[in-house]
Amino acid sequence: MSGTVAGVEARLPIRSDLDLVWVRQHVRQAAAALGFGLVDQTKLVTAASELARNTLVYGGGGEMAAEHVCDGRAQGLRLTFRDQGPGIADPERALSDGYTSGGGLGLGLGGARRLVHEFSLDSTPGVGTTVAVTSWAARPPRQREEPR
Amino acid sequence: MNHDLSLSGTAHVPVLRLGDVLLITLQGDLHDGTAEQLQQDIAEQIVRNRVTGVVIDISGVEIVDSFLGRVLAEIAASSRLLAARTVVAGMRPAVAITLVELGLSLPGLRTALNTEAALELLAMTTPGGPRREPR
Repeated sequence: MSGTVAGVEARLPIRSDLDLVWVRQHVRQAAAALGFGLVDQTKLVTAASELARNTLVYGGGGEMAAEHVCDGRAQGLRLTFRDQGPGIADPERALSDGYTSGGGLGLGLGGARRLVHEFSLDSTPGVGTTVAVTSWAARPPRQREEPR
Repeated sequence: MNHDLSLSGTAHVPVLRLGDVLLITLQGDLHDGTAEQLQQDIAEQIVRNRVTGVVIDISGVEIVDSFLGRVLAEIAASSRLLAARTVVAGMRPAVAITLVELGLSLPGLRTALNTEAALELLAMTTPGGPRREPR
């Protein structure tokens, strides 16, 4: 399979909670177009919602880029959330459940990581934060890294 | 019914009253502000109408993230303080699987498979009514 699937690639602003709705709708449509099953669509949309809300609430706004990725015959969706906010001083701590610097439940980052196949977090205090996640259609999730 | 909840930050979700119970049907993609407004509307209507139960039908909701999950849990908690019980009805299987993986299993939230079962559950546990343990 080559190139692009219509309606997958996009850059969406994350400036208000209305934008969170567009992010969820786009990720849902893109995942469906790439052949994600219903549970995998739901997991990815939920992860995107958590990450977009982090971008808005903690990053002061930013954007999400959606890309179609291929690995052999597997179709994937990569979502990259960028902000120029204060950054995360202690990423390991930020990824642990229950930790929050805002008013949330502290599940956003760690929870989003569990809902996707690949997760990377790059943050520089004072410069901003980039979180990239990738999930694959019809491919079993990788063995989770369980520290405990 | 309201079809464009996502388009307006101040949209209200319709809250219907059926006897002693408030029935709320959530549809589609809910705006954060709409969800928070709903929490206030339910609390006010419980007191105004002296209802004893709240049923929230989420069968039309495609995703519940930690924000909406928290709002549902807070609606249940504030309703309880106002002497009403809350049942969340009709959660989709994919939503349940995702919530658990997210880490939000909402242990304090009463659930039922559909609105009818939710109303039965409330009738069973109504003070003064026949008191049986829910299955």
